[in-house]
Amino acid sequence: MPRPGFVLDVDRSTPPTLFWRGEGFSLEKLPADRSRVIYPAEPLPAIDDVDGAIRHALLHPVDSDPLPALLFPGMKLTIAFDDVSLPLPKMRKPDIRQRVIEAVLDLAAEAGVDDVHIIAALALHRRMHEFELRHAVGDRVYDAFAPRGLLYQHDAEDPAGLAFLGATPQGEEVEINKRAAESDLLVYVNINLVAMDGGWKSTATGLASYRSLRHHHNPATMQASRSFMDQHRSELHKSNWRMGKVMRDHGPKVFQIETTLNTDTFPKGFEFLSRREWEWTMRDRASYLGVKKSLDRTPAKLARKIFHSIEAPHQMTSVQAGEVEAVHRITTEHVFAQQLVEVRGQTDILTMGIPYISPYNVHSILNPILVMCMGLGYYFNMYRGMPLVREGGVVIMTHPCPPDFHPVHHPSYIDFYEQVLSETTDPVRMSTEFEERFATDDWYRHLYRTSYAYHGVHPFYMWYWGSHGLQHVARTIIVGGDPKTVRRLGFTPASTLDDALEIASDVVGRSATITHLHTPPLMVADVS
Amino acid sequence: MKALVIERKLARFAAARITSMVAPGRAGGHGPLSCQEVDAPALPVTDGSWHELRPRLSGICGSDLATIEGYASRYFEPIVSFPFTPGHEVVADADDGRRVVVVPVLSCATRGIDPPCGPCAAGQINRCERTAFGHLSPGLQTGFCADTGGGWGQRMVAHDSQLVDVPAELTDEQAVMVEPTACAVHAAKAFAGRPTVIIGAGTLGLLTLAAITATRGRTRNQGPVIVTARYPHQVAAAKQLGADRVVSGPELARTVRSLTGSMAIGDQLTGGVSTVIDCVGSSDSLAQALQVVAPGGEVVMVGMPSNVQLNMTTLWHREVAVRGCYAYRRADFDTALDLVGRLDLGRFVTQTYPIHDYAAAIEHASNAGRRGAIKIAFDLRDRPRPIRSVR
Repeated sequence: MPRPGFVLDVDRSTPPTLFWRGEGFSLEKLPADRSRVIYPAEPLPAIDDVDGAIRHALLHPVDSDPLPALLFPGMKLTIAFDDVSLPLPKMRKPDIRQRVIEAVLDLAAEAGVDDVHIIAALALHRRMHEFELRHAVGDRVYDAFAPRGLLYQHDAEDPAGLAFLGATPQGEEVEINKRAAESDLLVYVNINLVAMDGGWKSTATGLASYRSLRHHHNPATMQASRSFMDQHRSELHKSNWRMGKVMRDHGPKVFQIETTLNTDTFPKGFEFLSRREWEWTMRDRASYLGVKKSLDRTPAKLARKIFHSIEAPHQMTSVQAGEVEAVHRITTEHVFAQQLVEVRGQTDILTMGIPYISPYNVHSILNPILVMCMGLGYYFNMYRGMPLVREGGVVIMTHPCPPDFHPVHHPSYIDFYEQVLSETTDPVRMSTEFEERFATDDWYRHLYRTSYAYHGVHPFYMWYWGSHGLQHVARTIIVGGDPKTVRRLGFTPASTLDDALEIASDVVGRSATITHLHTPPLMVADVS
Repeated sequence: MKALVIERKLARFAAARITSMVAPGRAGGHGPLSCQEVDAPALPVTDGSWHELRPRLSGICGSDLATIEGYASRYFEPIVSFPFTPGHEVVADADDGRRVVVVPVLSCATRGIDPPCGPCAAGQINRCERTAFGHLSPGLQTGFCADTGGGWGQRMVAHDSQLVDVPAELTDEQAVMVEPTACAVHAAKAFAGRPTVIIGAGTLGLLTLAAITATRGRTRNQGPVIVTARYPHQVAAAKQLGADRVVSGPELARTVRSLTGSMAIGDQLTGGVSTVIDCVGSSDSLAQALQVVAPGGEVVMVGMPSNVQLNMTTLWHREVAVRGCYAYRRADFDTALDLVGRLDLGRFVTQTYPIHDYAAAIEHASNAGRRGAIKIAFDLRDRPRPIRSVR
């Protein structure tokens, strides 16, 4: 039986705690008697017969006819799937999307459906490389569909490839992929790594255009979401759900398939990253020392390559299909069963080690804007109830934060860093003064459509993602970060954790409480 | 009298060039410049049209440094005369009691050439066709002519046509900035109200920016004006002077691309700004200018170039014009006088040195950017005054 998540009160006998630092990590001693560490739950048991479970879900869906009943000869069938941003790290082959898509295609073939398109629902993310598509859908599906132009990637900037479905009562325009919109059936294949994923967000975001996305990817929505992991208190989700109603009324019939994974995140040799430090064996300690010493001597580029080659042994814990909202309710329960950790009370200082990866830098660089997004956008929002850190508290991250950007994946990020962050770190000012120019820039549009670049507006969205955190905390400190870069982000650099705690004491006093989020693996703090 | 003198000693020039390559700024002590006891320059003509001047402050300019450090173009050889006392940014006391700044261009009027050449007759003294003729030794400006002396000596001579009265309310520090500001006023005429880049935020770049923004104040929708700056104090000064964007060199192409909605092919922008004012004059700055100038646009070379290497293909293919921009007209000094007072440009005089401390002064001027300085000058006043603002 896997053990649930756990909150450790740090005392003098507590061993040092692991902090991620990008493509590296360190062991840090947290102050005794005022610190605690939140550990994630151990991985839940996986489903033994994955293919059987998938087929069962398709034949016995929730609040929907079985999939075979929705398939008929001559129909237009579109299968959309989550892009390279999920899961993290990428999972070992076969990817769960491949298994689900193959099962859907088998049923479609049995029903005589021959007009099938498969679309990577990447919204404004970068296009996937062929090797990434092959990893996600498998060689068999790729070779059968891609050469004939039937497996492709959503293009949010193709005027001829978008369909306007209408607007919500709040005036939110719903514009999605035209092929999906005009299909008799849209099957959406999800990987629900966190509670935020899935539901109407899959289609209303993954297949949408900038015209549509700007209605919920903005500072006002992000600041009012408490948190992204709590659908009922997330303005982001409320907007997506309102758009979902427009889709239900005016769009295609949607058959939603959602899957959940356990938190088996790191392969052999890296298991110590998931273990609680006081339970480290001699082998874990040796692994830590070996890996750390090697990484310390490895050039950043090579270290990055090594980490991005990691394939997680994630395993499926549930699969459900059918009506979007009904499916998502069950999915969310499964996600929370794995990830929720009960935590009592808020903290003055929240510490977090920022790892090498986020949804937006797979096979790429976690640039400074993504560091901010990971810290104040993702980790800060890993809560239900109330934020882990109190209002006016301090967030301390550890990351080297070099001013490095992937020139192919993140061209607009470079300009955002140079031209926007040099002027302001205020999300509202950014959105009013700078966003439109970046969003409508022909060069970024060209790179997004024909190369592998994130959309021009994407760095804004990443910054907005952290806007609730920015508003909530009084100071953000990055330990070990390049000082100039950290200051450009509007944060405070510190050399060591002790220095950071000293700096934080100016804001929260000398006896401030400290909570460390020991992640990854992922968890959500249920703060009461 | 004491004066700094540059002599025609080829070995000294070679030593200066090597020294400046190894240790920038150290050529002052090893090159062709020396502090000597010399005779005061004689009045070339005694009809009252020439005056003896006693310099108060005299600035160190990029062209002075190029000469001292041995990397100035050999083009200048026939239009200078040795030995000469440098110094063409001068505020001085004239023998008739006036406090004046000098218009250093040695045009037909100063050379006793009558009728004047076509450009001089048209008031374009900076384009004078007789810089090596007339009753003066060759010399394109005071400070490069053996007969006139220069601002880096205790005495010099200047023609009536070269003297501009300094209003009483201007300080000496402000006055010594008038000549470089007149250069900038002339350069700023290239600004046509359209997107413009100024490469370099040394004295000339900042003053050109000041001349543009001061005029543009009446029509704020013109621009934007983007300035490249390397050092924090240059960034601060450029922002304070009204630059719309101040960027580092590597950021320039990305910023221009973004602001002008251009595409890019490799490193070359497909669009760009209509005007680039290059206040550096190096191979790199020119290449950068061609990278960001729009097809049909103009690159204006304000910084004094030497021998540069340049791939001209983009210039040909995109029909870009490269135009020189040298010195000023007489009227530019009137505008400059107004600007230095109105914008208090004397604050850019970061430090002054006595002439006997010339090696330190040259080293400081040569490394001005990295040492947080903008303008370095010699103080020849009887009682040198400590600098008003040290940056």
